[in-house]
Amino acid sequence: MKMEIVKDYKNDNFHKDEIRKSWFDATLLRIFILATCFKMLLIPTYHSTDFEVHRNWLAITFSLPIKEWYLSNKSQWTLDYPPFFAWFEYFLSQVAVYFDPEMLKIDNLNYTSPNAKLFQRATVMIADIILVYGVIKIGETFCKSRSSYLILSFLSIFNVGLLIVDHIHFQYNGFLLGILLLSITKVAEVDKESSILQGAVWFSMLLNLKHIYIYVAPAYVIWLLRWYCIKGGKFFSRILKLGSIVLIVLILSFGPFVSQLPQVFSRLFPFKRGLVHAYWAANAWALYTGADKFLSVLWKQLGWLQATRTASMTGGLVQEDIFTVLPTPTPIVTFVVTFASMIPALWSLFTKNEAKITPKHFVRCLILCGLSSFMFGWHVHEKAILTAILPLCTLAVVDKQDARVFIILSSAGHTGLLPLLYPTELTPLKLLLSLVYMMLAGIILTHKFHNSLLKKYEWLYVGILPFVTFYESVLHKLIFTDRLPFLPLAFTSMYCAIGVTYCWLLYYYMYLGDRFQNDITMYKKKEENIIKSKKKHYK
Amino acid sequence: MTSEYKIKRIISRSRYCANMTATIRILVIMGIVLLLRCCVTYHPYSGQGKPPMFGDYEAQRHWQEITLNLPIKWWYTNTTDNDLQYWGLDYPPLTAYHSLLLGYIANVTNSDFVQLRTSRGYESESHKYFMRLSVLWAESITYLPAMLWFISGLKIQELKAIQLDEKNLFDFRKHDFHLATILIYPGLILIDHGHFQYNCASLGFFVAAVTALLRNRLIFGSFLFVLALNYKQMELYHALPIFFYILGNNVPGRNKTLKSCIITLFCVSLTVLLTFAIIWVPFFQDRETFLNVIFRLFPIARGVFEDKVANVWCAINVIYKLRNALNNAQLAQICGAATLLAVLPSSMNLFFRPLRNKFIISLVNSSLGFFLFSFQVHEKSILLVAIPILLNFHNDPLPCFWFLLISTFSMLPLLINDGLYIAYIAITLLYAISTTWVFPNLCRITTSVELKDECDKKLSVIYVCKNYRQFAVVGLFRLSMLGTVVLSMLCVLVKPPKRYPDLFPLLISVYSCGHFIIFFLYFNYKQFCIGKQYPMEKIKSN
Repeated sequence: MKMEIVKDYKNDNFHKDEIRKSWFDATLLRIFILATCFKMLLIPTYHSTDFEVHRNWLAITFSLPIKEWYLSNKSQWTLDYPPFFAWFEYFLSQVAVYFDPEMLKIDNLNYTSPNAKLFQRATVMIADIILVYGVIKIGETFCKSRSSYLILSFLSIFNVGLLIVDHIHFQYNGFLLGILLLSITKVAEVDKESSILQGAVWFSMLLNLKHIYIYVAPAYVIWLLRWYCIKGGKFFSRILKLGSIVLIVLILSFGPFVSQLPQVFSRLFPFKRGLVHAYWAANAWALYTGADKFLSVLWKQLGWLQATRTASMTGGLVQEDIFTVLPTPTPIVTFVVTFASMIPALWSLFTKNEAKITPKHFVRCLILCGLSSFMFGWHVHEKAILTAILPLCTLAVVDKQDARVFIILSSAGHTGLLPLLYPTELTPLKLLLSLVYMMLAGIILTHKFHNSLLKKYEWLYVGILPFVTFYESVLHKLIFTDRLPFLPLAFTSMYCAIGVTYCWLLYYYMYLGDRFQNDITMYKKKEENIIKSKKKHYK
Repeated sequence: MTSEYKIKRIISRSRYCANMTATIRILVIMGIVLLLRCCVTYHPYSGQGKPPMFGDYEAQRHWQEITLNLPIKWWYTNTTDNDLQYWGLDYPPLTAYHSLLLGYIANVTNSDFVQLRTSRGYESESHKYFMRLSVLWAESITYLPAMLWFISGLKIQELKAIQLDEKNLFDFRKHDFHLATILIYPGLILIDHGHFQYNCASLGFFVAAVTALLRNRLIFGSFLFVLALNYKQMELYHALPIFFYILGNNVPGRNKTLKSCIITLFCVSLTVLLTFAIIWVPFFQDRETFLNVIFRLFPIARGVFEDKVANVWCAINVIYKLRNALNNAQLAQICGAATLLAVLPSSMNLFFRPLRNKFIISLVNSSLGFFLFSFQVHEKSILLVAIPILLNFHNDPLPCFWFLLISTFSMLPLLINDGLYIAYIAITLLYAISTTWVFPNLCRITTSVELKDECDKKLSVIYVCKNYRQFAVVGLFRLSMLGTVVLSMLCVLVKPPKRYPDLFPLLISVYSCGHFIIFFLYFNYKQFCIGKQYPMEKIKSN
């Protein structure tokens, strides 16, 4: 009986023919080309040191033998991504020779030429095709109508966070997130064993491209363990299959470096960095550090603090911080807090009633894992919020409550990213980028669900965000000139942290209590179906 | 009672909501178009890092320096402090006043920007930011609101039930689509925010003037047009149709009495004279100052054309070297006569039948006539034609779309020279794709395959025959676009032979010129067609 219901649900929701008429989708192609046009216009904009980081990796993988990839320390930007990413850079470098061989010389530190910039920017744009593919696939699985499918593609492909981080600041998050979406799609189809295994392959490959995604791995583990291994009754053969997949991918990745594993791992997990980044990511630790700052000022006024223990936290590059009043968290503590904050979500996913479980729960659990790690992780980068925002975008077109959280989270998260673009001449660009995306997301989703999604105080919070950016980049300099240089950044990250924390709590609350609109109506339908079928049975 | 009150409240609230969403939609569009402009500003400007003369960017900066540091009397005069050979002011006083205002701001921001003499060729990131921002400001207070005003007065047929279909993710109305596609016209964005100029200011005044005239506010309209004219003298391209439209609407016996006509005309001329007088007051001090300005504005000595322009003289020059046969004064006379011949028919036609649609097309014809035949034409002057074409877009989409793309293409050599090739490709592609997405019937041929659902094969043959004209036009359009794509690619990929270093710019200008001549004939034909089907009485009620 229960199996039938699950199938019933599937038939209700999966109208692939309606969503995409053929393999060629003109509208999607248009969205992609339009996005690429915007990215092309951004080619000459400012790029961060990450540009040099990736150029240096191109040089390392091109001109050094494999054994030395993780040993080279000519540049301060050593290779600190897992081996698959190194291979990715290796393949790029084979093409880069034809553009500018100078950029591949390991001694050419801080080298930028127009061709090098064009090439590197172009690789990010082309790699984004994988993002588009991932969006297409996840849209086909989760969207019920063509309009929501298009909205999803529009909001994901034009995601301002990705534009800022990948196409201005310079990184390769787009295609990594594409792989994440792809693996979610595959893993969500619990009934098909081949698809589950493919999903596992994709996810383990993703982990070997950038290990930051290990934070969402618990959701995968629980989902696969409970709804794939335990459910079917073939526990041991299934867990063996999964285990061997992960192991094979790991061997493929780390095999060539087996003799220098400690060296590789010391590069991948540098625990010498501080709790918060030079610019605080908008998470719980930003609030914590802010509170400490505030208390230290208060303590000083009251005369409770020795003058020797004053520490600056915003000055340097990457450094360890000292807290003046509150206890200083250690990596272990942050790890424990992160994991503890994930447990309720994981437990709920594990113990859900079989009739109620849908792939959406898995995605929600994954989003919560991403958010929890962002909230409490050690040395979190502000970009990590994208790991939560993009999967959430998928659900935002399906459910009203998800859309509500999406609007707040994306607005706050993206505003938290803006201080990355610190040069003055980028001020109008970053203001317009965040403003336009906020308005578009608001308009599109409100139009889709036919009524206002946010509560009044939530609109108020979101509406103030652009002014925070305006203050951070323009107003502060006008009012204070050079005094209090830490204030605008600290204020931005704390204001955004409030939004992110609110989203985390709200989403957790809705997730644990199953307070999503569609699900509620779906249960009712299911119950009606059960009653109907029972009646038929009796007749 | 209470229920009535409730209904009233609900209605008022829903109306408020509708207005709210309309405002937000407009804000979104403005945000998007500003974002697009903003993205272009990070590309290089004309003459970036190219001493000793630099480019238009340096010209604008130099004007700020001159107007800020010299008394008004010497602005247009060659002195030791004001070497007119080095980017002397050659636009009317309003441009100079604008430069003065910017000069003040620049002086407050960083006085190095506008130091007399020492600041020549000043370049820095912060200065670029300042200059770019000044164009963004100028555009957002002139051109963008003017276009919004124009669009909001348009009567475009609105579909009754707007379903949530492919393109309508944003719940946009037709007006919104028209506004958006007009405001992302690549030519103006590339020239103003890439190459660097303030065309948006004069064009904004011009659009506002046309809108005011279309709404029968003749005095306000003529005031705005005088502002446009005093910002850039090239607005003279539009002067004739505006003059004849006002005059034609005030011929006694059509729909007005003699008295009201005379009063209106008197008011209009008074406005024009007064506005002119106020703007020119500082230059009336003595005869020499005044004449200096006039000579700066109309430089006969600079030759019939500079660089490669897509007009008739440049095209003729390929075969027959005009400049060897005739001197500048003779050429100027020939140009003048040819221009007058080209422009008069449409102006006369407008005078006899001053209809609104005719007015807009006549603006196209006049400016295109000037562009093709007049003396001293810049490739950027095509913008003066492109703006009335934008205003005409809703009447005749495909030819206008076609023209707009060709006009952007005709400026390609200039853009390549400025290092704006990537921006050109990106923004033209963006414009073409979003316009064809928003107006799907723009350049699509209804194929017989699609017709299968609607009618049988016999009918489809008739249909295709009836539509063979459309078929031919769309085919030609695609062919022409293919040509522009091929030429755009050849320009950067292939090195021209050593004997003809200017081969590609020349090819581009001849190719565009051919298009412009055909467009000139077509739009003239169009203008004469309008109003033929209406008898005189209907015009009166119009």
